[in-house]
Amino acid sequence: MCECHETAAKVEESFEYDRLESLLQGFLGKKGAMVPILQAIQSEFGYLPRPAMEYTAKRLRIPVSRIFGVATFYAQFHLHPRGKYIVRVCRGTACHVRGVSKVADRMQELLGVGVGQTTEDLKFTYEEVACIGACGLAPVMMINDKTYGKLTTDKVKGILKDY
Amino acid sequence: MYEKHILICAGTGCISSGALDVEEALIEELKKHNLQDKVRIIMSGCHGFCEKGPLFIVYPEDIFYCEVTAEDMPELVEEYLVKGNIVERLLYKDPTTDKRVISHEEIPFYSKQMRLVLRNCGVIDPENIDEYIIRGGYSGMKKALEMEPIEVVNAVKSSGLRGRGGAGFPTGMKWEFAYRSQNDKKYMVCNADEGDPGAFMDRSVLEGDPHAVLEGLVIGGRAIGSDEAYIYVRAEYPLAIKRLRTAIAQAEEYGLLGKNIFNSGIDFKINIKEGAGAFVCGEETALLASIEGERGLPRPRPPFPAVKGLWGKPTCINNVETLANVPLILRKGADWYSSIGTEGSKGTKIFALTGKINNTGLCEVPMGISLREIVYDIGGGIRNGKKYKAVQIGGPSGGCIPEELLDLPIDFDSLTAKGAMMGSGGMVVMDEETCMVDLARYFLSFTQNESCGKCTPCREGTKRMLEILLRITQGKGEPEDIPRLEKLAVSVKDSSLCGLGQTAPNPVLTTLRYFRDEYEAHIFDRRCPAGQCKDLLTYYIDAELCIGCRACIKACPAEAITGEKKEPHVIDEAKCISCGACFDKCKKDAVKTK
Repeated sequence: MCECHETAAKVEESFEYDRLESLLQGFLGKKGAMVPILQAIQSEFGYLPRPAMEYTAKRLRIPVSRIFGVATFYAQFHLHPRGKYIVRVCRGTACHVRGVSKVADRMQELLGVGVGQTTEDLKFTYEEVACIGACGLAPVMMINDKTYGKLTTDKVKGILKDY
Repeated sequence: MYEKHILICAGTGCISSGALDVEEALIEELKKHNLQDKVRIIMSGCHGFCEKGPLFIVYPEDIFYCEVTAEDMPELVEEYLVKGNIVERLLYKDPTTDKRVISHEEIPFYSKQMRLVLRNCGVIDPENIDEYIIRGGYSGMKKALEMEPIEVVNAVKSSGLRGRGGAGFPTGMKWEFAYRSQNDKKYMVCNADEGDPGAFMDRSVLEGDPHAVLEGLVIGGRAIGSDEAYIYVRAEYPLAIKRLRTAIAQAEEYGLLGKNIFNSGIDFKINIKEGAGAFVCGEETALLASIEGERGLPRPRPPFPAVKGLWGKPTCINNVETLANVPLILRKGADWYSSIGTEGSKGTKIFALTGKINNTGLCEVPMGISLREIVYDIGGGIRNGKKYKAVQIGGPSGGCIPEELLDLPIDFDSLTAKGAMMGSGGMVVMDEETCMVDLARYFLSFTQNESCGKCTPCREGTKRMLEILLRITQGKGEPEDIPRLEKLAVSVKDSSLCGLGQTAPNPVLTTLRYFRDEYEAHIFDRRCPAGQCKDLLTYYIDAELCIGCRACIKACPAEAITGEKKEPHVIDEAKCISCGACFDKCKKDAVKTK
């Protein structure tokens, strides 16, 4: 079993329903709260643990399938634990035109994971996003909240070393 | 009393380039020289010239320093702020004349622009409502609250303002539909789900001048008779969200939002909804579903949101840039506004200029300006002296404009006539090294990925089109693929449920229209003229140019290159995986493709 599954098992076995309940309190009775609730759960637990979705369904008196439907529709939500550092390589048009493909290939090679995957040690999750909006600095990527611009295949290794 | 004001650009672009480190170092240096009470630092919104960031402007002299780093601060403070000597090396250098210029007004990037919507961006502190008010902010709203709702509708109608989100629907008409809908509750919605890759004008407006959007929403609310608004903003824009929250709190404190605004008896409340990462949510009915907390699926219209929108109530949805235009129309009058632009498209448009161009960044130009002026005068031409090939305008919904149409006046109708569309205003410039088939594939893979799957033409059609394009770029294209693509494209365009599917074929159709020869080269000659499609390339080393430095040998992940030091190297085609690592590494341009 890899660490990501172990972590998930740990979180889900001894799931802290109290933490979830106090979080839900702020939303109960409000209309259109499903997306904000899922956003709050994710920022609290790092991802959307299964028990959290099941419990939320009960509290909102809706089928869990509806919550699952919303959670899988949006790119922002994750059903598995993620790495400590989220690497987001921009695949926007400007980055595409300025050759981000090679940078993306190099990054995946260095991390040894594909798109949407997490390294076994739970350190990095590799993602590709449509546009970060820093097109002036293309090609760009973000590691957590820090943006790195004007990337080349040579630069990425050095950047990863800082983590 | 401050003697100098220093504006440091704190847009996302400049922050990525290190603007916050510059701020920190500047504060430090000012303290060292005991200048902290004489110099005021303002972290402003986006100035647009992201290429040269971080930008650093000193007033009242108006000196424009660019590409400033934290390490430059000791010198800048010592030389300029203490001794008064301009630091030449940090001034902007005009690439055509090689001369350094002092004021930003002398830089061609700015002098050709007409900054109306961006008037405050980069000029004021976006987190300080007073600065917005001093520059005339909220006076348009005050006027609107003194007018009858229908008068407000008519003012916007006669200004000729059209929606800046893509389709260019007349804003006044949209407002009138919502105004005429009878209901006890109506909503205003600001669409800030800017999802087009390569577009960041809405983000810059939200970050640089958030109050303009709030003011626009209140005016819209007055016009249609709504007392509540939602701003649906991408979660990927954390800075924009933060500045909006600050702006709303300040406006409420000043009584410009909330109960009984200006003692007019009118209430207005603004809520922020964060998107969760789905491109289709930029489509208005999908956006409403998302605000309601559901999957963001579009639904057929009619009923239009103006009749049945958010929670079944009449709703008016406007884009960020559209709303930021509204306060100006109220303040300066519809006649003034309609004097700018062309017959069918009034006012200005903001474009995000990116790609293989010298000056990437944000520019605002009057409608009707030619593409040539934008690319060459404002954009400073193509990078590295390469040749212009096309401009991709309007993102995944738009199309490519080839060289022969460079003098096309840019407005809603002329672009649509050429198969492209204004879209939200992304403008990606491409040179001879961009493969147009690969570009079409890129956009299709984006729209395919973002297709919500509700209607068949979009879900299946884009998938089949993508398969064909993939095949072509991999050198497996068939002669019938071009007519197949054309037929599919037309079907998807005609029969998809929402704007996403209806416009998804545009990049394919325009590249087929203007760059058919490239498709043919891929299919018939198994050749990529731009040298981008990996599977169609064979790398070789030009023995005349190779100096035998071994750089490519070290770079090659497949150990396909052999050769002794100072002897020409050779690539073994059988082992080569066409990754291009050697091509990138070679300093002598000895690695070639055929």
